[in-house]
Amino acid sequence: MSAVVVDKVTKTFNRGRTDEVTALSEVDLTVADGELVSLIGPSGCGKSTLLRLIADLIQPSTGTVTVAGQSAGQARKEQAYGIAFQQAGLFEWRTVLRNVELPLELRGLSKRERKARAEEMLTLVGLEDFAGHYPAQLSGGMQQRVAIARALAVQPPLLLMDEPFGALDEMTRERLQSELLGICTQTGTSTVFVTHSISEAVFLSNRVVVMSARPGRITASITVDLPSRDDAGRQSPAFFEKITEVRQALRGTPAAAPPPRASEGAAAGTDAR
Amino acid sequence: MKWTRAVLPPVIVGVLAIVAWELTVSLGRIAPFILPAPSAIWKELVAQRQNVWEAALASGTNALIGLIAGAALGILVAMAASRFKPLTEVSIPFAAVLNALPIIALAPILNNMFESTSSIPRRLVTAIIVFFPVFVNTLRGLREVNPIHQELMRTYAASGWTFSVKVRLPGALPYVFTGLRQASSLAVIAAVVAEYFGGLQTGLGSRITSAAAFTAYPRAWAFVIGACLLGLVFYLTTLLLERLAMPWRTRLIA
Repeated sequence: MSAVVVDKVTKTFNRGRTDEVTALSEVDLTVADGELVSLIGPSGCGKSTLLRLIADLIQPSTGTVTVAGQSAGQARKEQAYGIAFQQAGLFEWRTVLRNVELPLELRGLSKRERKARAEEMLTLVGLEDFAGHYPAQLSGGMQQRVAIARALAVQPPLLLMDEPFGALDEMTRERLQSELLGICTQTGTSTVFVTHSISEAVFLSNRVVVMSARPGRITASITVDLPSRDDAGRQSPAFFEKITEVRQALRGTPAAAPPPRASEGAAAGTDAR
Repeated sequence: MKWTRAVLPPVIVGVLAIVAWELTVSLGRIAPFILPAPSAIWKELVAQRQNVWEAALASGTNALIGLIAGAALGILVAMAASRFKPLTEVSIPFAAVLNALPIIALAPILNNMFESTSSIPRRLVTAIIVFFPVFVNTLRGLREVNPIHQELMRTYAASGWTFSVKVRLPGALPYVFTGLRQASSLAVIAAVVAEYFGGLQTGLGSRITSAAAFTAYPRAWAFVIGACLLGLVFYLTTLLLERLAMPWRTRLIA
């Protein structure tokens, strides 16, 4: 079973009004179990919109979104995914531990279970010593790690991330990328990762999905197979080749007339997995 | 060291001001009914300390009851208004009217509505004055929810009630306390001034008017100082409560 299936989804905002915008047009995307897929594209290409559709924070105008075999709405109600945004969005009145506990609280776990699980997640992101701190006492990178721990707390089969490292400096970014990869491998979580950094997309992903704007559509799907995903991997020729390939895909497809086979190729490439 | 640097300047300025006041009065031969010397006021304050204490207790009780009632009402109405949009649009102009009401002018009318020995009109005046700052600030706090928090709670499939209790209310707390801080000083002022219009002669306000009527100005001033101290106690208590209620805030006045 695929973690996510997006089937011919179109999303139009302000439909029927003068400021009507087609954010996404006929998008097909399949994410296999355990796969890490990055969505990349210029701003306004609808990559965040696509993520929000999968999260059921907005509804598609036409088409269907299936998460873990059920409708996106049902999946949301069952907390079948964890989500993290560009801003950590921690609750400043809760300690770090209680922030991570919140999704568990809403699931009705007992106090003891909650605490144990939250502590486990904090250890995973290396913040076990900061459980009693308030978010305001942490650096931006640490806050983002807490947000990731919170997203992972319910041990969801799917992780949705909307430029989670976008506001961080390069060094923190690279460290968190490695941590995220470690966590995803360890837990077998499927991930949809929105980013505007080519190197981040290539380093993290099994597959980079390239999108173009106006209307938002998928123009290429590039499978990445690095020899290793660590500092050596960042230096490898394969890494740079893929960066070039993604860059060309981003530049080479004119937004006005995308080659029709590209979007089909995206779907076909997925099915092959 | 840091502590002395923070405390010393205001203390020095205060002492200098009192000395200047004393000198102006004694050297300038200012009549005591215009401005009594601080030494005279101090003497009266010491002599009347029992009376000042009892009067402060009476006024303080009225102020406290009015403050609690007005604040509770302000918070409840703000919660209701934030929950139902149409209510917000209706309640804001009403609250503005209430705020524009010259409440001191209302005090004598309220006095006539109750028995002359009743403390209720004073508590009512206090509650009405307290209501507005608490209501307006709380409503603002309740309506300003971080959009990310909103989306997160949606992904957790949280109900409206859960969202209110776990996100809206704690997020509004800083605003509530901004309102309460304003309200705490206002409550004392309202309770004291409401006594100027007759009724029970137990509080600071009635003591001030009667002392002034007997041309006992230093004594009137002694009670004014009592009122000032009472206001400070209310304000500082609110600050303390704020600190206790929001341990995540690193700075007291942000």
